[in-house]
Amino acid sequence: MAKPKVKENIIQDDFNERVRRLGLSDETLIGLYRTMCTVRHFEYTADRLYAEGKVHGTMHLSAGQEAVAAGTRLALQTDDYLINHHRGHGHFIAKGADVNMMMAEFLGKDTGYNHGRGGSMHIADFQSNNLGANGIVGGGIPQAVGVGLALQMQRRKEICVCIFGDGASNEGVFHEAMNMASLWKLPVLYICENNKYGMSMDVERVVAKLPIAQRAEAYGIPWSTVDGNDVIAVYETMKNAAEHVRAGSGPYFVEAMTYRYFGHSKSDRNLYRPKEEIEDWKQNRDPIMRFTKCLLRSEILGEEQAREVNAQAEQVILKAVEYAEASPDPDISTLMEYVYA
Amino acid sequence: MPEMTYLEAIRQALWQEMKRDESVFLIGEDIGVYGGAFGLTHGMLDEFGPERVRETPISEATIVATAVGASLLGMRPVAEIMFMDFVLLALDQIANQAAKMRFMFGGRTSVPIVVRMPGGSGTGAASQHSQSLESILMHFPGLKVVNPSTPYDAKGLMLASIRDPNPVCFVEHKALYKTKGDVPEDDYIIPIGVAEVKRAGRDLTVVANNIMVMKTLNVAKRLAQDGIEIEVIDPRTLLPLDIETIINSVVKTGRLLVVHEACQTGGWAGEVIASVVGSPAFDYIDAPVRRLGGRDIPIPYNRGLEKFAVPQEADIENEIRALVGGAL
Ligand SMILES: Cc1ncc(C[n+]2csc(CCOP(=O)(O)OP(=O)(O)O)c2C)c(N)n1
Ligand SMILES: [Mg+2]
Repeated sequence: MAKPKVKENIIQDDFNERVRRLGLSDETLIGLYRTMCTVRHFEYTADRLYAEGKVHGTMHLSAGQEAVAAGTRLALQTDDYLINHHRGHGHFIAKGADVNMMMAEFLGKDTGYNHGRGGSMHIADFQSNNLGANGIVGGGIPQAVGVGLALQMQRRKEICVCIFGDGASNEGVFHEAMNMASLWKLPVLYICENNKYGMSMDVERVVAKLPIAQRAEAYGIPWSTVDGNDVIAVYETMKNAAEHVRAGSGPYFVEAMTYRYFGHSKSDRNLYRPKEEIEDWKQNRDPIMRFTKCLLRSEILGEEQAREVNAQAEQVILKAVEYAEASPDPDISTLMEYVYA
Repeated sequence: MPEMTYLEAIRQALWQEMKRDESVFLIGEDIGVYGGAFGLTHGMLDEFGPERVRETPISEATIVATAVGASLLGMRPVAEIMFMDFVLLALDQIANQAAKMRFMFGGRTSVPIVVRMPGGSGTGAASQHSQSLESILMHFPGLKVVNPSTPYDAKGLMLASIRDPNPVCFVEHKALYKTKGDVPEDDYIIPIGVAEVKRAGRDLTVVANNIMVMKTLNVAKRLAQDGIEIEVIDPRTLLPLDIETIINSVVKTGRLLVVHEACQTGGWAGEVIASVVGSPAFDYIDAPVRRLGGRDIPIPYNRGLEKFAVPQEADIENEIRALVGGAL
């Protein structure tokens, strides 16, 4: 299956000019790199833990999609609200979630964000306005209308960012929510991470007219698509979108084109996509590889330093695993807790 | 105490609570100038404005989802589902989302929303506008299901529901909207999860909800003339269910009949009966324990058919007479 080869210099030639124009300091850029490395280590570590039989439940890994999470977060304010979806580890980490508590939750421990009640699919941190992931595809999309409405009624300046996949855009609530968010000019930034597949289903087989983002047009919502594997492009697009939303002009819709490396969830033999396609994305379009090359070529980062940042990120995740493994399971006597407030 | 209708009592609760608490707002279809399909929110748009009487497109799932999302930021939304039947379109947001969020998130949040929904038959609205679906809603831990039968209970339970930190399904009955009763002007709460003995009696316990409470009380009055004393219990809240009050009553009377309009199969009467016969009250039971639910059919349109699809006073009376018959 022939995919157009992305040239290595896709963000190379004008990289310096772009980051200067966007006012991104070296420190900020290295921070982006660090975030992406952290997410990737989290995901590969999660996969390893699963293979080692240490994980009781399921998981949806976002390796390959790190630039969407990191670039989006950089375009937001700390207090902005996040409604996430099942493939959400990257956005949580980018938002500053405590990876110890994430990993503990992943292993079902009492010290996890949800006291072991939620697992990978339901991590939430209300202290940092991270309103959680959702196990129901599209379930969070209409809830973002409510968050946006509350922000508007409370006359606040935070915005709500709502993440979902290509598959979720075919749920009925997607359309209800777009309509209502637009009608009421709510401060919601809708981000569709199009990773080409919903489980096994190729987006081209289930979306009548692509791009998905043009559906926003029908609801009077401005939209754009972006190369979701180009972290600087993601940042720039989200920055403009967030400005529009924060200014009170209503919602904005961004579709970020990206690709997931691992299977859909814990079990997946990739029967629905060619190995060459996966390899092509990994070899030629990997978001971390592309960004690293830019940083090296523009001498923002040296080889040595790049290795070091990456190793530090790995250490953070390994520490998180230690923390999680050493943590206690929830006591069975607490089974009936947390049902009612 | 002023007399008012069931509908006015609910409106008064909403009105007073919106005056008292700025975070309370209404959201639903046609709830503005139209006042909702039954006129319950009539006048509230003028008083509170369109921001707090939020009219929506016909999008039930997103109406409830909007309430859920807003509640996470400290708002206290009261959503209206025009007819209870339509709650099925919003069931994901109620059952998979609102009911489970606190638990899934390890107790770190709560979802203080109220979803109002008028159910019940008797208006000739046929199969898709007449159901009593409260039994379905009882199957989702994390939800509360409230179901008032009188104007007094309706106001007190609505105030309790809005102030409750959990998601509450507030089930109204359309045929009760015009019934009247005394309702204090003041702020008062009927605690959620507490049943009430609507009539004390020694011979048989009838547990009934919403409109069946009224019907059973009428029957009880007639039976009293024949020396049969019925105890009538209104659970008022179906989830959590105050089973203690029911068990205590059965210990006293030794007989139990459960009456509801909802279809008999899978209806909440089965839940009550299973809880009672599995309790120490078993030793006091003197007669078969029975239930009288709606017939297992969709609600028909024709007036006569519609009537006989759900328990009538004569049916309740026959059941009771059969159960107390020999023993008196
Ligand atoms: C309502 C619902 N339908 C189906 C599923 C099973 N399911 C989980 S994730 C998924 C694919 C979602 O695809 P997409 O929205 O593109 O997100 P991605 O997994 O690709 O990130 C499916 C079908 C579900 N969890 N919820
Ligand atoms: Mg997808």
